[in-house]
Amino acid sequence: MTTLAPSTRVVDGRAGRRARNRRRLGWLADHSVAVVLSLMFLAPFVFIFLQAFMTSDQALTSELWPQTWHPENFVEVFQKAPMGTYLRNTLMYAGLATVFMLLSSIPAAYALARLQFRGRRIAFVVVLMMMMLPPQVTQVPIYVMWTRLHMTGSLWPLILPNLLGDAFSIFLLRQFFLTIPREYADAARVDGCSEWGVLLRVIVPMAKPGIAATAMFMFFFCWNDFYGPLLYTSENPANWTISLGLASFRNLYQVQWNLTMAATLLAMLPVLVVFFFAQKVFVEGITLTGVKG
Amino acid sequence: MTTATLERGAGATAPARAGRTSRRWRRRLVVLSFLAPWLLGTLIFFVYPLIDTLYLSFTRYDLLSQPVWVGFHNYVFMFTKDQQLRQAAFNTLWLTVILVPARMLFALAVATLMVRLKSGVGIFRTVFYLPALVPPVAGVLAFVFLFNPATGPVNQVLGALGLPEPLWFNDPNLSKPSLVLLGMWGIGDIMIIFLAGLLDVPREQYEAAALDGVNPWQRFRYVTLPNVSPVLMFAAITGIIAALQYFTEAVVAASVASGQATTGGGNANILGYPEGSTLTYAQWLYVMGFKNFYLGYASALAVIMFVVSLSFTLVLLRRGGELLGSEEATS
Repeated sequence: MTTLAPSTRVVDGRAGRRARNRRRLGWLADHSVAVVLSLMFLAPFVFIFLQAFMTSDQALTSELWPQTWHPENFVEVFQKAPMGTYLRNTLMYAGLATVFMLLSSIPAAYALARLQFRGRRIAFVVVLMMMMLPPQVTQVPIYVMWTRLHMTGSLWPLILPNLLGDAFSIFLLRQFFLTIPREYADAARVDGCSEWGVLLRVIVPMAKPGIAATAMFMFFFCWNDFYGPLLYTSENPANWTISLGLASFRNLYQVQWNLTMAATLLAMLPVLVVFFFAQKVFVEGITLTGVKG
Repeated sequence: MTTATLERGAGATAPARAGRTSRRWRRRLVVLSFLAPWLLGTLIFFVYPLIDTLYLSFTRYDLLSQPVWVGFHNYVFMFTKDQQLRQAAFNTLWLTVILVPARMLFALAVATLMVRLKSGVGIFRTVFYLPALVPPVAGVLAFVFLFNPATGPVNQVLGALGLPEPLWFNDPNLSKPSLVLLGMWGIGDIMIIFLAGLLDVPREQYEAAALDGVNPWQRFRYVTLPNVSPVLMFAAITGIIAALQYFTEAVVAASVASGQATTGGGNANILGYPEGSTLTYAQWLYVMGFKNFYLGYASALAVIMFVVSLSFTLVLLRRGGELLGSEEATS
């Protein structure tokens, strides 16, 4: 823009005006398309929101705007279904999985990013392959294993493996660690820091945003996970998570859409709220999951 | 790595060697202390299950009695007799061929638009990204509600405009396209990756192209595309592998649209509702293995899934030199 400005001024008046008009028109066109697209992206949220406040009678009609607003629908959701239990289970699953993942994956990611050892390249390729592997491929033996340990029916089969590293988190953390200049670690080593000291005193404090992003991805993955809890706890409703409860909500507890949409909104809310507060960290994390080094 | 070899080559005097060997062992122990949990995890949750899956795929196994060797029986059944598998494989292929390109093209278009916008980029980016965060189950519920034939807002709008009001998730011909619409709503993650790729294209190349007087299509074809092709390939391959395991959206859409619960046992009525049109490969594996406990057969299905996903992963690892190259570049 700025580089173009002087040159257009030099050109004779009419052509310059035409170019300026065209640019203005282009701006208008781009922004109109963007606004229309935004409305389409937001429309589902708006309709869910409106539906969630309707009475059950109105929910049976095809009206889109609530005649009267009923925030008590959100309370009723908790009375109709054991949402409190689902919430507790989900928080336990997501919370413990995230903490366990951090304990095991941060050191592994640091080793892959910064330690010199034979087989490092192969180790990284294995991480990538584990990351890309569909969970269904290895599901049968793993399921059999948890059955032998009498843990099917609970969420532990989904939580405990994180103590032994999570491939996607290792990959992501490694990408973050690579962005920290080597000099900081080298300086600490000169001062007599061990490798664990370097990791805990230098790398971890500097990589806090990256670690936060990785933790959030893990937490949200668990929060959203449907396949895992379905596989292990579908026969045991006491251990259901929000996703499982929500999937069965309309069929087990409610026929009308209003309460179902209220429950849907409740399930979305935490993720959306956290995103609004941590948007920058999030976007940076997603960008690093792409091919960028 | 290079420093290590240099060091070894440079000073090899006899008294120093003993100390160096013990130091090298200490060093290995340090590395091991960082990697031990992950190594153990790789053995327990990756190497062993892969081998065991291959073995079990040649057996009949129901978890109660010992696996019985049946040779290629599972594979023969899979390829010749299993009608529902044929349908499931077709649906998964359909999703791979339609859903993945649809999402990529749409995300690329939106990202291109974002680059052109000169103001309000932050807000637009948030809006376009937001749906990608919605839990899949919540997203499906929302869409089944929005598109429900009787009272859903979409058909209300279509009706008001005098357009036909389709059955969407209740129509076997439209259930998969409806899922594609849901997928396109959630393009946020790849859109952000594309956006970063587009912003990384060197400005000078655009300026050089402008001096050559190229038209917008040529600029896209010869400047933008070569620069973002690694990102596109990454998105394509991860997208294909995700499509292979497409499960949650299909299962929940079928259950909610049919009005019957997913969770209570393998309910045959809703499997792939309507008319098997949403039954996917991953879902069939789940039903056969963990509802009917034909674990040998499920293992055979898993082996096929492994072969397909591995071949795509290898393409990514080979062609995507950037992934590994970045390691050398930065370290």
